[in-house]
Amino acid sequence: MAGEIRVSIDSEADIVAARQQGRALAAELGFSSGDLTLIATAISEVARNIVAYAKRGEIVLSHANQGSRRGIVVVARDEGPGIPDIAQAMQDGYSTSHGLGLGLPGAKRLMDEFDIASQVGQGTTIVMKKWARRHG
Amino acid sequence: MEVPILRQGNYLIATIQAALSDAALLELRDELVKRVGTFRARGVVLDVTLLDVMDSFTARTLCGIAHMTKLRGARAIIVGIQPEVAFAMTQLGMTLEGVETALDLDGGLAALRQGTKGGGDRGR
Amino acid sequence: MTQKTEGQALGQPKDKGTESLVSELVAYLREQREALRRQWVEQTTAKGYLADLTPEEIEAESAIIYDTCVGCLETGKYDAAQTYAARMAKRGLLHGMTTEQIIGGLATMRDIYGRSLFEHYHHDLARLSAAALDIYEPVANKILSIVAMTFIEERERVVRQQLEAMRELSTPVLQLRAGLLILPIIGLIDTQRARQLTEGLLRAIRANRARVVVMDITGVPAVDSKVANHLLQTVQAARLMGAAVIVTGLSAEVAQTLVTIGVDLSGLNTLSDLQSGIEEADRLVGYRVITTEATTVRNAET
Repeated sequence: MAGEIRVSIDSEADIVAARQQGRALAAELGFSSGDLTLIATAISEVARNIVAYAKRGEIVLSHANQGSRRGIVVVARDEGPGIPDIAQAMQDGYSTSHGLGLGLPGAKRLMDEFDIASQVGQGTTIVMKKWARRHG
Repeated sequence: MEVPILRQGNYLIATIQAALSDAALLELRDELVKRVGTFRARGVVLDVTLLDVMDSFTARTLCGIAHMTKLRGARAIIVGIQPEVAFAMTQLGMTLEGVETALDLDGGLAALRQGTKGGGDRGR
Repeated sequence: MTQKTEGQALGQPKDKGTESLVSELVAYLREQREALRRQWVEQTTAKGYLADLTPEEIEAESAIIYDTCVGCLETGKYDAAQTYAARMAKRGLLHGMTTEQIIGGLATMRDIYGRSLFEHYHHDLARLSAAALDIYEPVANKILSIVAMTFIEERERVVRQQLEAMRELSTPVLQLRAGLLILPIIGLIDTQRARQLTEGLLRAIRANRARVVVMDITGVPAVDSKVANHLLQTVQAARLMGAAVIVTGLSAEVAQTLVTIGVDLSGLNTLSDLQSGIEEADRLVGYRVITTEATTVRNAET
């Protein structure tokens, strides 16, 4: 398994590449098929965000261990304009009512862990994680 | 045109592929809206069976197609959303409110022909 | 209290003095092997800790426990304890042993051996403190906690497995007629169960080409806003696949509570009972039920 996979996001065509790579890595990590779709969708949303607001950025895919369970780590970073009010952006309904399509609250619901740091004028970094569910 | 648009009687059928680019989806939208007029279509079936991920842009655009074709006199119906995709969509909060759905192409055409509101409606 | 000799207080690095004391302890315990084993067998039998074992097995067990304890004491490593713990956990669960039984055998060992040390060193309190309190007790206690923790983890693992199996069984999706599914839900709904339920339903919709689902929640004891939201999401997901969901079994109290809380149930098609739900479902799918002359059931000739 590769240590880290970097997908450069320069245009909307890269969104599909990022989520397909994410799906492949998650499959290797043993996620259920339902989870694969959740992960691919979350990656699609944050990648789309990069394209829409920062124009360019990158998605870094890697895996992590927490005790006996394995998980996927998705880092989405860009050097775009940044988000002035993170709390507002993470509010459900804000994006849909403004039609801005900030799929961040949605992506958060799909993953197990979600952290976002952003500075106006400097950029945004999002770290999302999902853990493969143990069975027995 | 990346996405082929088939014609079956009064209906137009578009089968959307998995890794469709944004530009191609928008092109499909414009083309469908145009052809609804050209062929005086009464219905449009958007088949997303092959889509493995439905993100917010795709969902919004499909809704857009439905509303635009409706304005031109055609009912649109989205068919073929897979179980995992349906689940992910509800988690994301995308419910395609106001847009008709059916299980598959046959179901979609049947709903259009019957004139009944396609699948999932409350039916009251 | 007892006086501690130089360099043997707790926490200080092992020195020549401590090492030799450990050897002395181990030598003494080895010398006392038979006596210790005998005592252990007597006490555990009397207390009924190993009730499911034959006398031969109890004898063998006494040796294993002894070897484990002395081994850990001598080497300072707890591999033997881990192995013993894993074995006991599996065996204990298999035979339905109680925690008291599992831990009891070890606690008895700890007390017996400990007492033996007290008797041996009673003339030299300083040495007793250094030997018993500082060297032996931590080892015995650690062995005990390793076994306890392993047993608890194993039991939790089995419970999780059984819970998982129960969840699968408790939300069957049934096809009543072509195109019509029934989903009777029994028991509490949490996030994980809601997801499992939804995934199962969506797959069934595809497999059965269902157009209507009657989801009955009569058997769901607690419906709060969280559960209501889970149900709403299930309904929304089914709709995306072209299936209408009729929810039945929402009690009057639950209905009142949810409306009072302010949960928006306008997205739900609800009816009070299963029968009404099925009638409505029939209407949506296009079935009509006609009553014909009932055939009499003939009693079996005895």
